[in-house]
Amino acid sequence: MNHPVEQSVIQLLGGLLLLTVFVMLSIRRIFTMIRVFTVQGIILTANAVFVGAISGEEHLFLLAFFTLVLKVVVLPVLLFRLIHRLRLRGDVEVVVNVPLTMVTGILIVVFASSLAAPLTMMASTISRGLIGFGLSTVLLSFLVILSRRKAITQVLGLLSLENGLLFSAINATYGMPMIVEFGVALDVLVGTLLFGVFFFQIRESFENLDLERLEKTWED
Amino acid sequence: MDILATLLIPLSAAGVLALFGARSWAPRFNVVASGMVFLSALEVARHVSGKGIFALSNQLFADDLNIIFVVLTGLVATTTSVFSVHYVRFEVERGQFDSGRLRLYHSMYQMLVFAMLLGLFSNNLGLLWVALEAATLSNAFLISLYRSPKSLEAAWKYFVLLGVGIAQAFFGLILLYFAAEKELGPGGMALLWTNLNQVKSHLNPQVLLLSFIFFFVGFGTKVGIVPLHGWLPDAHAEGPTPASAILSGLLLNVALYAIIRIKVLVDGSLGVSFTSGILIVFGLLSLWVAVFSMWGRKDVKRLFSYSSIEHLGIATLGFGVGGEIGTLAALLHMTFHSLTKSSLFFLVGTVSQWCGSQKFEGIRGVLKYTPFLGWSLILSVCAILGVPPFGIFTSEFLIFDALLHWSPWAAPFLAIALAVAFGVLMKRVLELVAGETAPSGPLPSFSRVPVGIHLFLVLILGLGLPSFLWGWYQNAARYLLGTL
Repeated sequence: MNHPVEQSVIQLLGGLLLLTVFVMLSIRRIFTMIRVFTVQGIILTANAVFVGAISGEEHLFLLAFFTLVLKVVVLPVLLFRLIHRLRLRGDVEVVVNVPLTMVTGILIVVFASSLAAPLTMMASTISRGLIGFGLSTVLLSFLVILSRRKAITQVLGLLSLENGLLFSAINATYGMPMIVEFGVALDVLVGTLLFGVFFFQIRESFENLDLERLEKTWED
Repeated sequence: MDILATLLIPLSAAGVLALFGARSWAPRFNVVASGMVFLSALEVARHVSGKGIFALSNQLFADDLNIIFVVLTGLVATTTSVFSVHYVRFEVERGQFDSGRLRLYHSMYQMLVFAMLLGLFSNNLGLLWVALEAATLSNAFLISLYRSPKSLEAAWKYFVLLGVGIAQAFFGLILLYFAAEKELGPGGMALLWTNLNQVKSHLNPQVLLLSFIFFFVGFGTKVGIVPLHGWLPDAHAEGPTPASAILSGLLLNVALYAIIRIKVLVDGSLGVSFTSGILIVFGLLSLWVAVFSMWGRKDVKRLFSYSSIEHLGIATLGFGVGGEIGTLAALLHMTFHSLTKSSLFFLVGTVSQWCGSQKFEGIRGVLKYTPFLGWSLILSVCAILGVPPFGIFTSEFLIFDALLHWSPWAAPFLAIALAVAFGVLMKRVLELVAGETAPSGPLPSFSRVPVGIHLFLVLILGLGLPSFLWGWYQNAARYLLGTL
C-alpha cells in the first residue's frame, strides 16, 4: 500500500466521475452531454491504467485500451454523427426542478456509500475505497434516465450507467473475467446501433425525439 | 459436441436467413432449422440423465435442470415456426412485411432462439448475463417490426427498462464475482456455476445477500415481476404474434431460470429463508396485480400478457415455498404455462388477423364461423385457468398443497386470485367467441398442428405424467435443493 501519489490520483478520478454524473443531471444542452460522456470514458481509461500499473494486473491495460477505443472514440463519434444527422445539434431540453434532483442525488450518494462500506472493508484491491463511487454512479445514472424525457438523453443515462458498472468492476475486483468484458462490449455496441436505428424510426413517426409525445399516443 | 451443435444450428440459420429471409422458402427453412434444434436438444437430453455434460472447457453445460428448459425451447420454437409460416404469408399479402422486414424477422427469430439456448446452456454466469442481454436486443428488433408509433414506443420502453434492469443484474454479478474470487481465485473459473456450487457454503453471506437483491431486481425485470412489469403488456401487444408466443412461452422462463440458479448459490450461503421470503412476497404481489389488471383490458393480446405475469408469479411463489413438492410443481407449472400460453397466442393471433383488430369490440362470432378456432380457444382458456384434466391444474394444486404445509397464511391469497382470474378470463373469452355477426376480413389460412400438439401435451401430461418424465422433474427439483 505504498503508492500514496497514485492512490490519491485514483481517489481524484472517482470524485471526478461522480462530478460528471451530477453535471449530466443538470445540463440542458444535448451536445454538451455527449462531451460529458466522453470525459467519463477518459476517466475510466485513466482509472484502468493507474489501477493496472499499481496492481500489476496486465489485463487491465487491455481493458483500458478497449475502453479508450469504444467509449472515447467510437461511441462519441457515432453519437455526434447521429445528432448531426437528426439536426439536434443546438437542441436544449427543459430539465425540471434541478435543485430537487441534486438533493436526491446527494442522498443517493450517501445511501450508496453506506451500502458499499462493508464491501470496502472486505475488498483486497488497492482502489477499494472507490466501490461506493461506482455504485453511486450506477444509481445516479438511473436518476438521469428517470428525470429526462428525450430519447437521446435517456440513452446517455444508460451508457453512463454502464460506465458506473465498469468502474465498480475495475475497483472491486480488478475487472471481470475477459469473456464477460467482451460480451458486455459487444452488447453495448449492438445496443448503440439498435437505438441509432430506433431514433430514425421514432423521428419518422413523431417528427421529434420527445418521449412525452410518444406517451400521448398511448391509451390503454 | 451435442451442446455445440444445438447452439450452432440457430446461429447459422440466423446468418442464412439474414441474407435470404425474404425468399419463398425462408419460412419453411425456419421450420426445418427449429426442428433440427429440437432434435438436437433431445439428443443432448438422452445423454444427460444423472450426470452433467460439459462443452467449451466447462463454459457450457447441460444438467438435470437446464435440459428441461432446453427441450421445451426446442419444442415451442418448432411449433411457433410452423405457426409463423401462415402468419407471415398473411402479413405479406396484407402488405405489412416487405423483403427487408422479412429478412429481419426471420433472422431475429433464430437469433432469439440462439440467445435463449446460450443462456440456458451457459455454466458461466457472466455468459448467462450476456446471453440474456442478447435476447433482449434481438427481441427489441422483433417488437419494433411493424414500425407503427405504438410498436416503436413498446420497443423503446422494452429497451430502456430492460437495459436498466439488466445493468442492476450486472452489479449483482460483480458482487458475486467479488465474493467468489476469495474462494476460487481470479479469472473466468470463479464465475462457473458448477464451481460456485461446490464452495457456496464458504461464500460471504453479506455480499451474497446484496448480490441476490441486485440479481433479483435485474432478472426480475425480465421475468415481469410486478413493480417491474411495465414493459411486458406493451411488448406482447405490439410485436408480431409469433414473437409474443416466444416471449411469453420461453423468454420469461429463461429469466426465471436464471433467478433460481442464483438462488441455489445464495441459499447455500445464507440459508433458504431469505430468498424464499423475497420470492413468496413478490410472487404473490405479481399474481394479485396481474389478476386485477385483467379487468377492463381492451386488447386481447394485452389481456393474455397479464395472464403471463400471473402465471410467472405463481411459479415464483412455488420456488419460494420450496421443498421438493413446491419446486417440482413450479417447474411443471413453467412447462405447462409455456405450452398453453403459446397455443393461446397462436389462436388469438389468427383470430385478430381474421378480424383485422386486436380489440375486443372488433372480435365476435368466432365460434359460429370457425368452430375449430372457437373450441380450441375455449379449451386453451380452460387449460390456462387450471380446469381439472389439464396440466396446469396439477401444478397449481401441488403449489397450493405445498403452501398449506409450509406457509398456510399465503394459501388463501393464491386461492382468491385464481378464482378472480377464472371469472374474468372466462367472461372475456366467451364474449369473443359468442355473437352472430361474421368478422369482416378474409379468414387467414392457419395450421391446426401447433395448437393441436400443445393442447394434446397439456391434456395428456395433466392426466398422468409418464414415469420417466416424472423422474426427470423430480431429479431436477432434488438437484435444485441439493438433496440428490
